[in-house]
Amino acid sequence: MINKIVQSVAEAMAGICDGSVVLIGGFGSIGQPNALIEGLIEQGAKDLTVVANNSGVGHVGLAALLETGRVRKIVCSYPRTVDPVVFEELYRSGRIELEVVPQGTMAERMRAAGAGIPAFFTATAVGTRLAAGKEQREFGGRQYLLEEALAGDVALVEAWEADRWGNLTYRSSARNFNPVMAMAAKLTVAQAQHIVDLGALDPEKIVTPGIYVDRVLHMPYGEPTVT
Amino acid sequence: MNVLEICKPRTRKEMAARVARDIPEGWYVNLGIGIPVLIADYIPEDREAIIHSENGILGMGPAPEEDKIDRWLINASKLYVTLRTGGSYMHHADSFALIRGGHLDLCVLGAFQVAENGDLANWATSENDTTPAVGGAMDLAAGARRLWVLMEHVTKSGDSRLVRRCSYPLTALGAVTRVYTNLAVLDVTREGFAVREMVPGLTLDALQKVTDAPLRMV
Repeated sequence: MINKIVQSVAEAMAGICDGSVVLIGGFGSIGQPNALIEGLIEQGAKDLTVVANNSGVGHVGLAALLETGRVRKIVCSYPRTVDPVVFEELYRSGRIELEVVPQGTMAERMRAAGAGIPAFFTATAVGTRLAAGKEQREFGGRQYLLEEALAGDVALVEAWEADRWGNLTYRSSARNFNPVMAMAAKLTVAQAQHIVDLGALDPEKIVTPGIYVDRVLHMPYGEPTVT
Repeated sequence: MNVLEICKPRTRKEMAARVARDIPEGWYVNLGIGIPVLIADYIPEDREAIIHSENGILGMGPAPEEDKIDRWLINASKLYVTLRTGGSYMHHADSFALIRGGHLDLCVLGAFQVAENGDLANWATSENDTTPAVGGAMDLAAGARRLWVLMEHVTKSGDSRLVRRCSYPLTALGAVTRVYTNLAVLDVTREGFAVREMVPGLTLDALQKVTDAPLRMV
């Protein structure tokens, strides 16, 4: 019997190595798997590369992870929030490397990784400083940049409902990067507000089929706050 | 002559309302963070223009009443919003596929500078910006069928934002098709900026005096 549901945060984080590329879901704090991020802090893996849309707010969640000094590099589209104190300090003092990636290119690079596509061409960022060092080609009279797939060793995602096969649903705008990251990592760990019996999820409503998910942690924390 | 002596510039709300007038029923529209998100408030409810938010919402509605907030539903500016009847959710790769794939009729973005050839600079103000943050601006500028910019005509220090060539880092090349400012509405044409409309009292001469790029009437 397949059962991907784990009983503790420690079990959810088992085996995550130093030097891992960690994909972390969420758009701001919505859909961000805070319990798993705290678990990763507790677990202690270091020299990490984190891929996330933002760079953390205040001193919680992603910001708390950065604050441990165990993140070598962050790949994100918008390292600016209402209160990016931790990131700003690390970045100004040269203690974290930043790769800024246009948001859609970041999403597609992970989708490509999950879909077995090593690289793709996009018109996004042509003629800008983010095009530096990238191969450029013309198709149908328009210029495009070659962007490479972005795979993770680990993805930490937040779901609304999950079953023991790892099938996931999401809650409105908390879906964001989570399904894309779930498909792009070797080890995908999901925290879910609700665990339901196998068969209880309407197959038409499952967004992430369990094939992409390795571990599920039940984390009924209630409602998020926008930060 | 100071333009303020001969006309009353539009307020931010009036600027947003002015853009809203030009968005017809049936268009799919993305509104950037800053002044552009205000446009949604001025599209009448019975005119079905569908608003897209980059974080995976198609058919976004206005801000909810205080007691009806859904804490899972935010827009690109990370503000609480609602979903219109008929709206849908999608993940980030699909959200940007519809942007990159040319399915949006229109995107309206804020900007630091727009050049007379349609170049857009709206994400960083210098080459060594301390924390460069691009978000979805480059994807939207490259992907939407039409790109309009909504911005103040001049900076706080009085420098023109409509320029011959952008001095700030570019977001996209030749992408902007129209600019709405607090003083005028201008098309970007092969021959540069063409003024479609000015606020009452303003003259082309007076507008030119606060604009770096050469202007002509449509």
